Amino acid sequence: MSGHSNWPEWIYIAVVIALMCWVGAEAWNAERLVEHVPEGAEIIKVTGQQWFWTFEHEDGTKEIGELHVEVGKAYKFEIHSKDVNHSFNIHDYVVLMDAIPGRINTVWFAPTDVGTHDIQCREYCGLIHYNMRGTLYVEEPST
Amino acid sequence: MVVELAKPRPIWQIMFSTHHTDVGLLYLIMSLAFLFMGGALALIIRAELFLPGAQIIGDAMTFNRIFTVHGTTLIFLFILPFASAVGNYYVPIMVRYKDMAYPKLNAIAFWMIPPGGALVWLGFADFTWYATPPYSIISAPGPAADMWIFGLKILGISSVLGAINFVVTILKCKHPDMSIGQVPLLAWSYLTSSLIILVAIPTFAAALLMLLTDRLGVSGFFNPAMGGDPIAYQHLFWFTFHPEVYVLVIPAIGMMYEIIPRFSRKPIYSYNSGIFAFVLLAIVGFSSWAHHMYASGMSFTEKTVFMVGTLAAVPASAMHVYNFIATMWNGRIKFSTPMMWAVGGIALFFSAGAGGVANAAMPLDFSTHDSYWVVGHFHLFVMGTIAFGSIGFLYYMFPYVTGRMYNETMGKVHFVMSFIGTVLVFFTQHILGLYGMPRRVFDYPPIPEWIAMNQIASVGAMIIGVSMVLFLINMIYSSGKGKLADTDDPFGVGGKYYYPFEAKNPHH
Ligand code: HEM
Ligand SMILES: [Cu+2]
Ligand SMILES: [Cu+2]
Repeated sequence: MSGHSNWPEWIYIAVVIALMCWVGAEAWNAERLVEHVPEGAEIIKVTGQQWFWTFEHEDGTKEIGELHVEVGKAYKFEIHSKDVNHSFNIHDYVVLMDAIPGRINTVWFAPTDVGTHDIQCREYCGLIHYNMRGTLYVEEPST
Repeated sequence: MVVELAKPRPIWQIMFSTHHTDVGLLYLIMSLAFLFMGGALALIIRAELFLPGAQIIGDAMTFNRIFTVHGTTLIFLFILPFASAVGNYYVPIMVRYKDMAYPKLNAIAFWMIPPGGALVWLGFADFTWYATPPYSIISAPGPAADMWIFGLKILGISSVLGAINFVVTILKCKHPDMSIGQVPLLAWSYLTSSLIILVAIPTFAAALLMLLTDRLGVSGFFNPAMGGDPIAYQHLFWFTFHPEVYVLVIPAIGMMYEIIPRFSRKPIYSYNSGIFAFVLLAIVGFSSWAHHMYASGMSFTEKTVFMVGTLAAVPASAMHVYNFIATMWNGRIKFSTPMMWAVGGIALFFSAGAGGVANAAMPLDFSTHDSYWVVGHFHLFVMGTIAFGSIGFLYYMFPYVTGRMYNETMGKVHFVMSFIGTVLVFFTQHILGLYGMPRRVFDYPPIPEWIAMNQIASVGAMIIGVSMVLFLINMIYSSGKGKLADTDDPFGVGGKYYYPFEAKNPHH
């Protein structure tokens, strides 16, 4: 219980604390940068409901289960739900935000390459939660 | 299943007894029964996810009910009662008292578990182990949901009664010659985890009642259609259940503190740092609950606060790991079955903590949250650390309880298979999460990486399943036919044991 020196333990604890400070500082800094919405981001209203996603663009066009965006532009999602909690997720672009009835959550992204990506629900929402999926189409800007 | 052979008695005598080793035995048998029941559900889940498409379960609702009851069972009906079993056997002896402080209360706390468990199993609710509104209010089918709520209510009360009993036994009934600074670390682990229960559980108890009245339509606390706020429930829930994860893990760490020095044939490296880490964890554990809610739309400031609170708890866990390794260092280690489980558990504890740090870092959590990563993360704790520590301890106390030895080879095979299986299932699930697979899904699209990872995980689960059958056979067979244990030193490692046997019911 005593009689041995404790300095290796203190060094070890100091290293762990230093590591945690480093992780925390990096995370704080990165999150601060990713949360900064660029000026002029186009707004897309996202509605989750059991068990599909609807999207409304600024010009009023609506899409169900599919979302078409243009490469190189920035978009801000305004996410909300009509019934229970869902979570709007485009994993390839690390877009993840809960859709919660009674409030609007926002998250933004700027697609960098032309292509298609999966859209899915990441919060349990009942019977067809597993198939509350959609597709993101990133396209060349229309002329 | 496990019979106290030293002094065989009819079963009803044990059932109506209030003596701590009898209540401990009841806890033990009940928790192991639920381990196998909950484990069977896990195998069904893994079989279903082996390939895309419906495999063995016809519909998503059944699948959703299965994973809900799986999680609820293993947390509330295996881990907690198992800890109570060990606490009942050991805590009174470690503080040198004749029984628990309130023996009748002790028996009542135990007897609340069967009705609680029955409500959960007969209802078979589908709203996941956290019953989040508004789904749980407006969408989850009753009466299953209501039965779950009542079941959890009862289990929560049982947990509070048990915690009061441990706190009083340790603080008030310990032998007058013994200072609190001499109470063994296993008993300290019960003191700290019981104190956490007393502070944490009332919040969830309130939330459950509010959920119930919301379901009945007479209130709208969490129902946005009635002006309520579903996020409020998440705060109440995690205020209870983040600290509760330490309630689950701390007794398992305490069990390792009993096993590691014994089989290293050395005293614990630092008794004081063990206590310090327990108490620190119990306090700091209350500052991190909303790390489960980064994606619920919290502000940057809120997220930062809870990230710092989470990272602040990490050094306390790290201290235990150091303490274990330093104890084993230069020890004459004997790798009997309990020691193998404990050492394996520590390795997995370390990996689990490392993954937890990644979750805690806010930007990374948006990749891992609600994906299979999180499933992997917490299973490295609940299975890799807690079940490993518990099963190791079960082997350790087996000769004390039955007077006989288990089969050592089978115990080691059980460990090796379970360890390999655990790595295959839960490390793989971390990767699966990084590939983006959401948790709680009945089916998934045929993405090649997802299929491969799911198959590895399912194979791992089957390996664990087979090893658990060996375990069951070993326990049943050895409790009746195993060779008689040397009751002074069953493991041949010397030293003084805490020996529940001797404390056998002085009243009978
Ligand atoms: C080093 C210590 C730990 C850290 C840093 C940590 C961190 C985290 C974080 C940030 C999450 C949220 C992940 C998400 O949902 O996105 C999480 C989830 C979880 N952790 Fe830990 N954790 C630690 C220890 C533990 C322990 C000791 C246990 C249990 C004994 C545990 C059990 C859980 C559970 C059950 C969940 C997920 C609950 C759910 O969503 O169903 N964690 N952990
Ligand atoms: Cu969903
Ligand atoms: Cu937590």
